[in-house]
Amino acid sequence: MALPNEYEAVIGLEIHVQLQTRTKMFCGCALSFGDEPNVHTCPVCLAHPGTLPTVNEQAVRFGLQIALALECEIAPRSIFHRKNYFYPDNPKGYQISQYDIPLGTAGRLGDVRIHRVHLEEDAAKMIHVGQSGRIHGSAHSLVDFNRGGTPLVEIVTEPDLTSPEEAREWAQLLRTTVKQLGVSDVNMEEGSLRVDANVSVRPAGAAELGTKTELKNMNSFRFLERGIAAELERQAAVLDAAEEVVQETFHFDPRSGSLTPLRSKEYAHDYRYFPEPDLVPLAPTEDMLDEARSALPELPARRRERYASELDLPDDTAKQLAFDAELADFFERALETADGAEPRTIAIWVTGELVARLREAGDGEVDPSSSKVTPQALASLAGMVEAKQVTTGAARQVLATLVAEGGDPAVIVEREGLAQMSDSGELEAIVAEAIEAEPAAAEKVRGGNPKAVGPIVGAVMRKTKGRADGGEVTRLIREKLDAG
Amino acid sequence: MNDVLELTVGQALERIGAGELSSDEYFDVYAEAAAGDELGAYLWRAGQGSPNGGSDTPLRGVPIAVKDIFCTEGIETTAGSRILEGYRPPYTATAVRRLKEAGARVLGKTNMDEFAMGSSNENSGYGPVRNPWDPERVPGGSSGGSAAAVAARMAPWAIGTDTGGSIRQPASLCGVVGMKPTYGAISRYGMIAFASSLDQCGPLTRDVTDAAILLRAMEGRDPCDSTSVGIDGGIQLPSRTDLKGLRFGVPRELSADAEGVEPGVMQVFDRTLDLIKDLGAEVDECELPHSRHGIAAYYVLAPAEASANLARYDGVRYGRRAGRSEEPETALVSMYERTRAKGFGAEVKRRIMLGTYALSSGYYEAYYGRAQRVRTKIAQDFATAFERYDYLVTPTSPTVAFEIGARAENPLAMYMSDYCTVPMPIAGIPAISIPAGLAQPDGGGPDLPVGLQITSPAFTESGLLDAAFAIEGAIGFDASPGAS
Repeated sequence: MALPNEYEAVIGLEIHVQLQTRTKMFCGCALSFGDEPNVHTCPVCLAHPGTLPTVNEQAVRFGLQIALALECEIAPRSIFHRKNYFYPDNPKGYQISQYDIPLGTAGRLGDVRIHRVHLEEDAAKMIHVGQSGRIHGSAHSLVDFNRGGTPLVEIVTEPDLTSPEEAREWAQLLRTTVKQLGVSDVNMEEGSLRVDANVSVRPAGAAELGTKTELKNMNSFRFLERGIAAELERQAAVLDAAEEVVQETFHFDPRSGSLTPLRSKEYAHDYRYFPEPDLVPLAPTEDMLDEARSALPELPARRRERYASELDLPDDTAKQLAFDAELADFFERALETADGAEPRTIAIWVTGELVARLREAGDGEVDPSSSKVTPQALASLAGMVEAKQVTTGAARQVLATLVAEGGDPAVIVEREGLAQMSDSGELEAIVAEAIEAEPAAAEKVRGGNPKAVGPIVGAVMRKTKGRADGGEVTRLIREKLDAG
Repeated sequence: MNDVLELTVGQALERIGAGELSSDEYFDVYAEAAAGDELGAYLWRAGQGSPNGGSDTPLRGVPIAVKDIFCTEGIETTAGSRILEGYRPPYTATAVRRLKEAGARVLGKTNMDEFAMGSSNENSGYGPVRNPWDPERVPGGSSGGSAAAVAARMAPWAIGTDTGGSIRQPASLCGVVGMKPTYGAISRYGMIAFASSLDQCGPLTRDVTDAAILLRAMEGRDPCDSTSVGIDGGIQLPSRTDLKGLRFGVPRELSADAEGVEPGVMQVFDRTLDLIKDLGAEVDECELPHSRHGIAAYYVLAPAEASANLARYDGVRYGRRAGRSEEPETALVSMYERTRAKGFGAEVKRRIMLGTYALSSGYYEAYYGRAQRVRTKIAQDFATAFERYDYLVTPTSPTVAFEIGARAENPLAMYMSDYCTVPMPIAGIPAISIPAGLAQPDGGGPDLPVGLQITSPAFTESGLLDAAFAIEGAIGFDASPGAS
């Protein structure tokens, strides 16, 4: 259900990106995912008395790269603050985070302005043992400090997004951008990319913003879109009933697809921010900035332009590839191996047929690198279509086999006898047979209705098992009927 | 009394080097003296026969008493608090590690005001320390155990920490030398934090030369403490015997015009000023107009930082944990509350409350923000004064040692004990207190030590020690608690 026309949505996103540094933000412990609990800990990240944080230089470099990729202004001296709150996932009793002077401000990605980009540390992981999986109602809670202190970059947008779809698309673009920087594996399910949304609704055309609510725990792009849509509907219903939206935080439950409000105790804090006296201001040198700038790879926006202008891809295809890190990676690798196939042909096969097949086979999100189809196989298949060695129809069959089993398209074509018929004598004989078999259709074509060739073409295709080129078949049929 | 106990460490090192004294004998004499502690100066003692790894090292296996605020691997470290009862750190503080690497041996851990909050040592969770000059009087604080141990010949020297006067004031009250180096001279890593932007480790010794030897062994940049820089050019042992060509300023606000300076203290101070003139220095009155706001600013800044630094004592990972309520809804919060209610003493709670309030939303600017501006003003006052003067001198403490219990019920009176010592850590500059003579306390009684405080610009420790050495020679202080 969409938001009724009399309302408009105002959406901003807050994104946390776990950086893929070798060690944690403020100590020398290795980063890990899925290891035994509490093996990557030390006196510093367990907040033993007397310990002090030291800033991970690689995290600063990665943070700079993200801020630069988002076209932010870089603060000459940014500072860390202490954000105070008591919780077992926060061993110091405060999180070290940037506050009034973040690493980067006033950036932009696509049509969305970036409010700020800052560095901070991740909390430890809490496991609540009991029915709900949340702290309330749990029998007891366990803390795994492996994740505690992982470097995070927080990115906050301005409220420039206006629909759930747009929010999802933009979040995907951001993910692609960060992934291309190589600073994070940006995996939403594993939590290395977390997207929270601030959502409000106002009467269409109103200047004032409505009261916003915050949505958390949407751990896939689909859930992000679904969560925002559900909250917009809820707010619209509240306004319809002439009631007021209350500022609160909702937790998205992926199992039920519904939003539940967090208890006020879980988020109502006075964080008592003050400058972290254990750290000196972060002042990136010109060398560090130059290095970060030169380490920037080709980003999605630039890539889209290049695909359109240099590779002559249709604009929507260029965008679809450039804004999707996995597809673009796959496409780039296919290009490298292509023997003569036009980039345009490869691109259309990747964004069209391959995506459709993978979507059927998988569950929504498409990552060709984890499928059985190699970039080489797809490039070679596109090359065969282009060289008229297989018809489009036969190539689809080959692709289905590739998705199911993998392999080399040339071998599959050979094995299944799918090579395009090049002997026009053989094809002419089959066409003649088909005309005989479909006299009614033949009569209509002769009577001046060229569109009536369908049944005859169908008969030829059945007979040739798709090995004949459709255009060539139509041409032959018309030629014969005219001649007749 | 064993005459070995009367040696300064400098003298003892010469004898050990010349083969006239065995370092094990030197250690054991002190271990025996420490075992007879009747002042409550020690919380832990190594005992005789401690392994000696260092006859070829600069400090040749000499014993040292260490304030219980420094983490020592495997040895109980409590910072004077019941909340850390039984806590054995998994690592050793950098300052202590450097001393050990230089060959010193830890003789014991000394008693202190809980988390270094106090000026009398009455705030220890493990009982008060008594002043060796008069057991009915306090030794000062918070490094009261270290000062008393050195004065009572139970340690040849000791280290302490100074946040608002916690080395200099007890040194003054116990008749020993105490030095607070420039902020950043010595690593704070492993030193349990009270107020991170003010805390600094320093020596408590029998004479100025020992302070220089100890400072030289500890100073230096530490990669584990981002705010540590070390002292450029290191520390030269002092040798100056006159003060010709040097200018001394006497800040009116911290001497004649200071509130509550005892007449006996003023007499000793004035006599010392005459000695400084006799040594060839120019002595003038000068101004530090904002220093009278030092205590007010200090009691906002230090508690604010402390309120965050002490948040880690939550009963989750180490130290004491009190039982929780049976109500699952309040289990976590009740565990926090009970643990901290039982574990912390009254003064620590008072400062956590003060600091939490000062940082609260809506009050931050009025308290923390304003205190930071006062801090800048105080630092500017010193900078202005140091354009005209090489050194500033004041009484270290407005009074001689006061009676146990005299200020325990009056926090403000207790806070005023640090009136003359608070401005230097606020400005980050070094200061040293040396025994200047004896004076009768107000209200009568035996004569008690009076300290002279000398301060100089940041990182001019060698020059400061030189001046102190010359003045020390002119004063010729040779009283000791046992002899009086």
